Amino acid sequence: MKGSLIIVAFFIAGTIAGYAGWLSIDNLGVDVSFIALSLLMLCVGIGVGNDIGALKGLRTLNPRLLLLPVVTIAGTLLGCCLIALLLPWRQLTDVLAIGSGFGYYSLSSIFITEYRGAELGTVALLANISREIITLLGAPLLARFFGPLAPISSGGATSMDTTLPIITNVSGKEFVILSIYHGFVVDFSVPFLVTLFCSL
Amino acid sequence: MFTIILIMASGIAIGWLLRGRKLPFLGRVTNVLIWVLLFLLGVEVGGDERIIRGIASLGVEAALVALAGVAGCALLCILLWRHAKGGKGDARK
Repeated sequence: MKGSLIIVAFFIAGTIAGYAGWLSIDNLGVDVSFIALSLLMLCVGIGVGNDIGALKGLRTLNPRLLLLPVVTIAGTLLGCCLIALLLPWRQLTDVLAIGSGFGYYSLSSIFITEYRGAELGTVALLANISREIITLLGAPLLARFFGPLAPISSGGATSMDTTLPIITNVSGKEFVILSIYHGFVVDFSVPFLVTLFCSL
Repeated sequence: MFTIILIMASGIAIGWLLRGRKLPFLGRVTNVLIWVLLFLLGVEVGGDERIIRGIASLGVEAALVALAGVAGCALLCILLWRHAKGGKGDARK
């Protein structure tokens, strides 16, 4: 929990710095986010490679677990259908389109802004950032109450990059391969599903 | 996206070459990089007037949709985990 609070503190500090205009992503010259993400993936990779047991998981992965991306897509859309009942001013397809970002906030909000306007695009951005933050903060609780697959599924498209380190921590290194595979498949579904629900 | 996968693959190769050695600094470096990424995500959100203005009215709605999605996933995950463990051998091997 202490780790999550530190993460939130950094996020809030960043928000304040960005709002006050002390720092701007565009003024940095180089894509610092991409470099940091690349280094992060390198570290995660070294950690996996260093542990032979994690690599053995690739060959012995239970084939039934390959259904995890389907579970994530179905579970998200199911949850969206139910919550749409509480949001009568939104069309069901709008809520489904927002949910279909699966945490991939940059792409999904651009798509939805394009198809349905800036307001819904903003909701999509916030909802998918929230999904990433919920996963980062809630991963230990999700793993404890819903099993080791829940943090991966909750991470959605981010289970292959930004939420992978916390998933590795709470579910175990043996789930790294599944988590990357899951993120990869869900990631590719985002443009297709968002476009589908925006055109219905 | 493929660049990231490629970088991770080379990381796995490096880690495999260093197998058997303890790498105590790795966890610390990983944590610092997560902090940097979350800070930068904050900078992006804080610097975007569109998001800041929308937060009050749209934030609750967004949080509800996000929570509903996570809840739906978590519940279905219990079923898949049971189904997977019911198969041959240990699911986590």
